[in-house]
Amino acid sequence: MPLSEWVGAQLPALVILVPLTAAPVAFLGVRLGRPVALVSALMSQPLAIALALEVAREGVLRYEIGGWGAPLGIDFVVDGLAATMILVTSVIGLLITVYASGYFTDQDRYRFFWPLWLFLWASLHALFLSGDAFNLYVCLELVSMSAVALVALTARREALVAAMRYMLAAILGSLFYLLGVALLYAAFGSLDMATLRGAIRPDVTGQAAFALMTVGLLLKTALFPLHFWLPPAHANAPSPVSAALSALVVKGSFYILIRLWIDVGSPSVAPGTAHLLGVLGSVAIVWGSIQALRQERLKMLVAYSTVAQIGYLFLLFPLVRAGGVAAADAWTGGVFHAVSHALAKSAMFLAAGTVLARLGHDRIEGVGGLSRRAPLTAMAFGLAGVTMMGLPPSGGFVAKWQMISASVLSGEWWWAVVIVAGGLLAAGYVFRVIGRFLGREEAGDREADTGRSPRTMEWTALALALGALVLGVAGQPLLDLIPIGAPALVAGIGVTP
Amino acid sequence: MSWHTLALLVAACTPFLTAVAVFLLGEHRGTLRTATGLAGAAATAAAAVACAGSALISAPGEYAEVGFGLLEIGFVLRSDPLGVVFAVVAGCLWLVTTVYATGYMSRSSDRARFFGFFSICVGSAIGLALSANLLTFFVFYETLTLATYPLVVHSGTPAALKGGRTYLNYALPAGAALAVGVIWLHMIAGPVEFVAGGSLPSSLVQTHAGSLTAIFALLMLGLGVKAALFPLHGWLPAAMVAPAPVSALLHAVAVVKAGVFGIARVVLEVYGPLGRDLGLIPLLAAVAAFTIIFGSVRALAQDDFKKRLAYSTVSQLSYIVLGVAIGGPLAAAAAIAHLAHHAAMKITMFFTAGAVAEEVKVYRISELDGLGRRMPLTMGAFSLAAIGIVGVPPIAGFATKWLLGMGSIEAGQAWVVAVLGLSSVLNAAYFFPIIGRAWFRGPKSEWASEHGTKRVEGDLRMVAPLVLTALVGLAMGVLAGAALSPASWAQMVAFLEFGG
Amino acid sequence: MTQADLYTVAGGVLFTIGLYGLITRPHLLYKVLALNVASGGVFMVFVGVARRVPGPAPDPLPHAMVLTGIVVTVSSTAYALALAKRIFTETGMATLDSADTMEGGEDAAE
Repeated sequence: MPLSEWVGAQLPALVILVPLTAAPVAFLGVRLGRPVALVSALMSQPLAIALALEVAREGVLRYEIGGWGAPLGIDFVVDGLAATMILVTSVIGLLITVYASGYFTDQDRYRFFWPLWLFLWASLHALFLSGDAFNLYVCLELVSMSAVALVALTARREALVAAMRYMLAAILGSLFYLLGVALLYAAFGSLDMATLRGAIRPDVTGQAAFALMTVGLLLKTALFPLHFWLPPAHANAPSPVSAALSALVVKGSFYILIRLWIDVGSPSVAPGTAHLLGVLGSVAIVWGSIQALRQERLKMLVAYSTVAQIGYLFLLFPLVRAGGVAAADAWTGGVFHAVSHALAKSAMFLAAGTVLARLGHDRIEGVGGLSRRAPLTAMAFGLAGVTMMGLPPSGGFVAKWQMISASVLSGEWWWAVVIVAGGLLAAGYVFRVIGRFLGREEAGDREADTGRSPRTMEWTALALALGALVLGVAGQPLLDLIPIGAPALVAGIGVTP
Repeated sequence: MSWHTLALLVAACTPFLTAVAVFLLGEHRGTLRTATGLAGAAATAAAAVACAGSALISAPGEYAEVGFGLLEIGFVLRSDPLGVVFAVVAGCLWLVTTVYATGYMSRSSDRARFFGFFSICVGSAIGLALSANLLTFFVFYETLTLATYPLVVHSGTPAALKGGRTYLNYALPAGAALAVGVIWLHMIAGPVEFVAGGSLPSSLVQTHAGSLTAIFALLMLGLGVKAALFPLHGWLPAAMVAPAPVSALLHAVAVVKAGVFGIARVVLEVYGPLGRDLGLIPLLAAVAAFTIIFGSVRALAQDDFKKRLAYSTVSQLSYIVLGVAIGGPLAAAAAIAHLAHHAAMKITMFFTAGAVAEEVKVYRISELDGLGRRMPLTMGAFSLAAIGIVGVPPIAGFATKWLLGMGSIEAGQAWVVAVLGLSSVLNAAYFFPIIGRAWFRGPKSEWASEHGTKRVEGDLRMVAPLVLTALVGLAMGVLAGAALSPASWAQMVAFLEFGG
Repeated sequence: MTQADLYTVAGGVLFTIGLYGLITRPHLLYKVLALNVASGGVFMVFVGVARRVPGPAPDPLPHAMVLTGIVVTVSSTAYALALAKRIFTETGMATLDSADTMEGGEDAAE
């Protein structure tokens, strides 16, 4: 078999194996981490792109690990959603890797960043590909454990405590999920998502299973009011880690939630849940934004912005219930929001990291006039802010367009009100920072500036922000990819009137 | 690719590419940056004119288009006769303003940032002028909103930041209202194209009268902020903290006219006859008429030079809205012509205010005494433009008022003539004192004791543009009847809108 | 109630006790132990579920999952303990409150 054909057939395995192999190699030597991570990151790009193209061309892919096949073996399933998430993870992963290679100059101290980061990367890819509820649990644990270790990397006190808090929440979340998995197996006799899809019916054990898994995943996704661990963890981690956590890791558990509720089951398994999740999401949008407005540290502001932006994702649950075009719009819009937010939020954290590297602090009142000294970084933050506000041209706008469409079409216009209000609140905290950047320097600000921000750091943040912007104009290919193999509920029967 | 689509692409993309180049060149490579800016502006102006040529020789409905798919609607640019008016005005005045700004900003800091965002603003204005549908328009409209902010707060002073906040407090909620309106309209009507005479099917009136009314209100709310319709005008005087080139090109032409241009698009090319059927238009006309008087009255009370001009802009913009709202070809022609007429005259006046502030550090009208002897060309250009706005023939403002008056009588709305008369008196009341002070009083301000009354104009890069724009304003009035003058072009467009 | 149901219910009770301990006990060691109690509960539920199939032999699949789960729990417990110990050496306390009074900021890489 020619190599290209072999690679083509093994794509789902390869996107996991490349970072998974790189991780232990990066562990072996202090000087090995950076080059190995860069090679792995570069190799992941063609694989992820090829996988997305394959799904776009052929439709849903099924990959049987070792050729065993479900129910005995474990299957990988690659639909439009999975391919999208892997593509986004790969692109953001590459840029974070490049940024980190400029950021972690003390190679001895931060040597464990590289293997942990590659491990996290591999686990995320595995999570997006898993088609089995227990396998998802294992992936979720792998993601959490590497993420916790990355948060603790600086070994500063607040980072350690934040990591501990994160870890306790993450383990508890996993246990809830695992307990749910046990009941799911008891109720339906299988954990393969495809098999479960036909077997789900509303009964008490099944509902209990869904409830427990959902609580666990909400804790991990940090939906209000279970978000308490997120701001300290995301704000105190080294900035490349913060970017990965906010952009990708929280999306991992959210991904399982939508698989669970919209793909495997449907919101009708437990009536009222969809509404509850929508309401919690709405509160998260408002509350997270208000908290962001009140923060004194840039990275805390960005972290609370994540709490708020996660809220939008949860509007997906009530919005898909109507079925038809509304559900299809909500589905692509929700996933598109996850993607745009991932790009923009990683850009924001990386920009904040550059501020921190230059000034040695990230107090918002101390960043006056930074746009003069670090224009690329200020620009990256500002452009990323456009997506946070959901204004055109940005991926956030396209996502909100679809979500508002869905809420108008389904007659539940109050979600549209929340979405619009959330955008205005986001403008509040984004412009609070932008205004400082464009404003005057306070006495001593310039002296405090070490000027230490390698071009690679500034440009990677800007590239991510521009990516979020480009999605707002040229996002159609992605909008076409997301619905491939979408669950029946959101497959979009009928056309827009 | 034919030259038609090439011109379209060049006109819409060049400002953005210029912005990128300017940002990359940075603060220190000043000469190259200035050259890039000028080249970009020149290319854009030429391409915009080429777009106009393309619109002129294309049959209606077969205008050049370029774009790609987005959200089942498409991101599409098109050179149609209405759009190219605004594109040409923005493109050509950008070139002039670039020259002016090079002089005005010569001692300022953060010039790369300034010229970069300036280019983005102009690109957004041209992009929204050439947008073929409401989605594309909205994308450029909000880009314009955002790109203007760094220019408003350019100096970074607390006052500038406060002005910027005021601007955002108006612009962002307006954007939200516009977004909801646009999305809602797409839900009930599908993709909304701009088509001469209106694109909404008349059957919608029966099925969606309530929704269409609410959507119209949302759209007017969103567009009305940039168009500075009362009571949404408050940001414009506050935004005068921005440097003079920003006030001149953006707050007299690109940004504010994006609002009125959007109103024209929505009223003439989306709602069309539906607006009248739903009874929405008379209300819009009433608001516009009130704003005309209100802006003029407020202008009377301003001593700050730029603020008086800003309130005058508030008033003048509503001429355009009123012309659109009256209905009928002549009134619409007046509106479209005034888009260009007011641009040439008001940009001259803001250029003057900036030149005066730079040269003699005078910011208040009460300090202008005797300045005509000191800066005769500058104040001469100002006087010409001011007389034009008042509506003295044969300057451009007269052509507008004439067409508007005729149009309102034609449409059976003679009350508009009274509004025009009252407004003209008020225009005279707030502009003639400036002219009087400058020419007929002796100098008494500090500048006179410092510099004497020797005749010294400002930097040539500032004087030449303002003289040029004043002469253009004069020419637009004198040659109003000539082929291809703004007035003639506007009548052609109005003919298409109303089918004769 | 069958024996399997009894195990399942007991597992649920254990999980709840663990959850209670995690929330109420401030000391990190207690919290880690509480999580272990809760994991034990979850594993017992799995064992109970495995016995619900008809026939003499239990369903092997939940047992396999428990084995995996134990491996995960052991390693995460080890890591949590290491982290708790490090917090104790850094702050002299073994609670989550130890960061509250501190100035924020991250070690920028030098």
